[in-house]
Formats: sequence, C-alpha cells, structure tokens
Amino acid sequence: MKVTEKDVAYVADLANLELTGAERSGMVRDLNSILGYIDRLNELDTSNVAPMAQVSDRYGVDQSKRGSERFEYAYREDVVEGLRKSLPQETALENAPDADGTFFRVPKVIER
Amino acid sequence: MDLTQLTIDAARSAVQERKTTALALAEAHYARIQKEDGEIGAFLTLCKERALEQADRIDRTAAEGKPLPALGGVPVAIKDVMSTRGVRTTAGSKSLEHYIPPYDCTAVARMEAAGAVMLGKTNCDEFAMGSSNENSAFHPVRNPRDLSRVPGGSSGGSAAAVAADMVIAALGSDTGGSIRQPASFCGVVGLMPTYGRVSRYGLIAFASSLDHIGPLTKTVKDAAIVLRTIAGRDPMDSTSADVPVPDYVADLEKPVRGLKLGMAKEYFGEGLDDEVRQAVESAIDKLKTLGCEIVPVSLPHTPFAIPTYYIIATAEASSNLARYDGVRYSYRAAGVKSLSEMYRRSRDESFGAEVKRRIMLGTYALSAGYYDAYYLKAQKVRTLLTRDFEEAFGKVDAIVTPTSPTAAFQLGEKSNDPLAMYLADIYTVTADLAGIPGISVPCGETREKLPIGLQILGKHFDESTILRLAHAYEQAA
Repeated sequence: MKVTEKDVAYVADLANLELTGAERSGMVRDLNSILGYIDRLNELDTSNVAPMAQVSDRYGVDQSKRGSERFEYAYREDVVEGLRKSLPQETALENAPDADGTFFRVPKVIER
Repeated sequence: MDLTQLTIDAARSAVQERKTTALALAEAHYARIQKEDGEIGAFLTLCKERALEQADRIDRTAAEGKPLPALGGVPVAIKDVMSTRGVRTTAGSKSLEHYIPPYDCTAVARMEAAGAVMLGKTNCDEFAMGSSNENSAFHPVRNPRDLSRVPGGSSGGSAAAVAADMVIAALGSDTGGSIRQPASFCGVVGLMPTYGRVSRYGLIAFASSLDHIGPLTKTVKDAAIVLRTIAGRDPMDSTSADVPVPDYVADLEKPVRGLKLGMAKEYFGEGLDDEVRQAVESAIDKLKTLGCEIVPVSLPHTPFAIPTYYIIATAEASSNLARYDGVRYSYRAAGVKSLSEMYRRSRDESFGAEVKRRIMLGTYALSAGYYDAYYLKAQKVRTLLTRDFEEAFGKVDAIVTPTSPTAAFQLGEKSNDPLAMYLADIYTVTADLAGIPGISVPCGETREKLPIGLQILGKHFDESTILRLAHAYEQAA
C-alpha cells in the first residue's frame, strides 16, 4: 500500500475536502489501485526529456521566433477594460449564496 | 418533409426558401424532445424562450429575402459545460445547480451569430469527468440505440440528443475522448479540433491544457460547417491560436486518392473487441479502395498514455476546481460557523464521488514530495507521446484507429471500478495530450446493433484532411 489513511486525510486537507469515514477508506483503495497502474511510467527513462506543460509551444505560429515572442498576438494593452467591460457589481453578485448588495458575505474570518 | 431528419444545409435551405420556418423546425424538435427525452435524459435545461426569439429573427430575415447565415434556423444543443447568458449552466454538478452565467461562451455566441437556434443544455458527467455519463449529479443519460446501455461520456447528452433526432447538431467538449467516444457509442460524428483551434472562453474548465470544444453531428459535412463557424482566434482566450481558418466545407471535395494513412499496432492490441476490430479493419479497407495507401507506423509510448493523462488531467482539475468555494456562485453548505468549515462542507456536499477522487489524485500528484515522481514525470512522458505522433506524421497524412475498444457498455457495468472506466479512453486520450485533431465517424454495428466508430487522427491544424477522409468514407460506406 502506497497511500495510507493518514495520507488521504492530509491530501483531503490540502484540497479543502473533509470526506466521511467511508469515503476515506474508499479513497485509500481507489488511489492505491490507480497509482499502482500509474507506476508503469517508471519503466520509461525520461532523464533527457523536457517536460511539456501545454501544446501550443509545439506548433508555434512562427517557428522562427523564440519562446514568448511566438505568442505576441496574444498580448494586449495593460489598460482597464482592455477586452471587455468588467461586470457591474449587481451582476457579479447575482449568483452569490450570500451577498449584501455590495460585498460577498462569508462567516467571520478573524477570531478575536 | 420530416423536419427532424434534415442535415444543416437541408434545414437552412428549407427555411431560406420558405418551405418551412425556423419556428416549425424548433417546434418539431421540441416535440421530439418531449416524446423521447423522458427515457433518454439528454437534456438538463431547455431554453424555449431564447430559442423561439432566435427562430423568429431567422424567419424575419428569410421573409425579407435576405440570405441566411450558415446555421440559419438550425436547432442545436449545447453541452452544459459551456456558459450561456441567462440560461442555467450546471456542468452536471450540484455545485452549480442554480448558476446562471452573466456571459456567453465564445463558441456558443458564434453558433448563435451564425443563426443556430439553441434548444437547450445537455447532460454530461460532472465537470466532464467520466466516460459513461453516469457521473451526472442529476440523472444518467441512456443510449438511444439501447436504453440499457450508456451513451458514452462525458458529452453523452449531446451525442444522444443528435442520435435521437432531438437536435440537428450539438457542441461537446473533449478532454480525454469526451466528444469522440460518445459519438462512437451513439452512432454519430464527433470532431475534436486541434488544441487552440476553438476558443475555450466560457467553457467551464476541467483540465485547461487538454480541454477542447467541438461538434457532434449526423454527417461529416455538418461537422465541417460547425467547425468553420466556431474556429478561429478569440482575444478572450490567450491559447486560441492565430492560425487562419480554411474552408473546411469546400475542402471536403478534394480527392483522398494518394493520401497516406498510418496504422499503428498499438491501437489494435489486447483489449480490442473482435467485432470492433473487424468493423474498423473493413473501414480501413474501404479507404484503401478509395485510393489511400496504408502505411504501418509505430506509436511506441501509447501504453503510457492513460497513466500520463490521469496525472495531468487530475492535477489541472484539482487546481481548476479550487474555485468552487461557496463564496461567489457555487453551492454553499448551510449552518457553517467558520470560513474553513464553509469551504470544506460546501465542497463535500456538492461534489460527486468521481470529482472528489480526481481532486484527491491531482492534489496528491502535485503535493510536496510527489510532484517530481508524478506530475513532472507525466509531463515528460507527454513529450514522448507527442513526439511519437510528430514522427509518424513525418510519414503519413493521417492515422486510423478504433475510437473505443468496445461498443457501448451497460449502465452500472464499470461504475464501481474507476480504473476499468479510465481504460475506456485508451484510444482517445493520446490525441488530447498531443493537441492533435481527431474525428470519430460511424463504421458499422455489432451483432447487437450497437454502433462502432472509426477514429481518424490528423496533424496540428489539419482538420481539413481528417474531415475529407471521414467524408469520403461516409459517402462510400
């Protein structure tokens, strides 16, 4: 077993999840099964392979340009309302579970 | 004229020539939804008011004798992971059960600007995580060909809606096969474009480096028409590519004779169902009789695609789904006393089992001490998988494979075994990792009358060639 109940509790904490007792034991079983399968990646020697975070760099529109220069078309002026207007406050709050008309309302953060 | 049996061009022409109206088209398809969807469950939300307003605009344009745009009056459905202004968008999750977006996804806006009439939002696996549509927080979707079977996932609602003639075309999203696999299971055409070909603006993010929007349609030509409509640079998505959009529809008529098609043994090995193998091999024979040359190619890292995918996709998902905090627009648990308790209980109560599993796996892979062993390792193997394709495409114009190792499976068959479910994506995930385009086109049926799909993979930004091949096969079959 690679992943223990303690690991699951630690990772759940990082992910802002709580998980019930039954969920935790199910998660121990599932993560071990999936990670066991994933371990086959270790059969590959990748010591001289560059990591790939995204695909756009492999088909840069202009291969003669380097790095971020390839993506100059994606730059825009650093101005307020550069691409679209910000949402009006009223609209931005419409989907909030709890709002007071000006702010999102949440339980008290600072104890004193 | 049966209004629910038309292609995009036939529907648009009929409205243009006043043989029918956009309103009648919308009503005929709503009647079909009313009749069929109780059993199938393809839709989560209908937006009749918005649809009928759009239909009326189209009908007025036609009445004035003005030319209709490419999708003028065509009833469509949108997977519920694409934001639609004023129309509830849930991503199949309880977390967004009551979410009403304040803006439109670019792909949806482009469909409507081209005259499409959006009838509603389609069911999907929660946050597009699944291969069977059983992970929807609301209800599963059933395969219109056999109601005891799944429609595939995660765009199962979109595939089923097209297959059951409830719409003429639909948009889906593909992160590991979620357009192509359900298209294959339901017997329709599904196209995943090149990464960056279609803007992701307004698409609820699952794994940002892998998410693609694309069409599900009844014919290859319809897929070409929809792609031409939604493709192209969008300043609102910095990863949308600045590459010209060719006329995919005109390109369908170019000859396929002389094209070189790669066949990789890695896609025909253990686990491939015999009936699927036979159907795909005879489809490839058909392409050969049309003048294509079949060339053996090797994609040696293919067996490592699923483990790579399930690290990268879950790592990105764990980060993307951090936004569901119960503060701004997602579900909030009742009776919480502290901020931390609010985050935890809101997420605990609103996410389904598969979403939690993937957040946990992704968080684990990114956590201190495991980052190099899992996430960085997977990113390096992603390079190897992409190089496999780059080398193969040095020799061939396209690669032909099965879309899925089996036809549609039974509801409940794999739902208790996450790993077995992940393996349903074995032939589709690699294209997502490499960012290349792929199409699934129907290529026959099993003895039980279940559809089988032929997958054609292409070079970056070369949707034209795979559409042309799929079209030639479809016309000849």
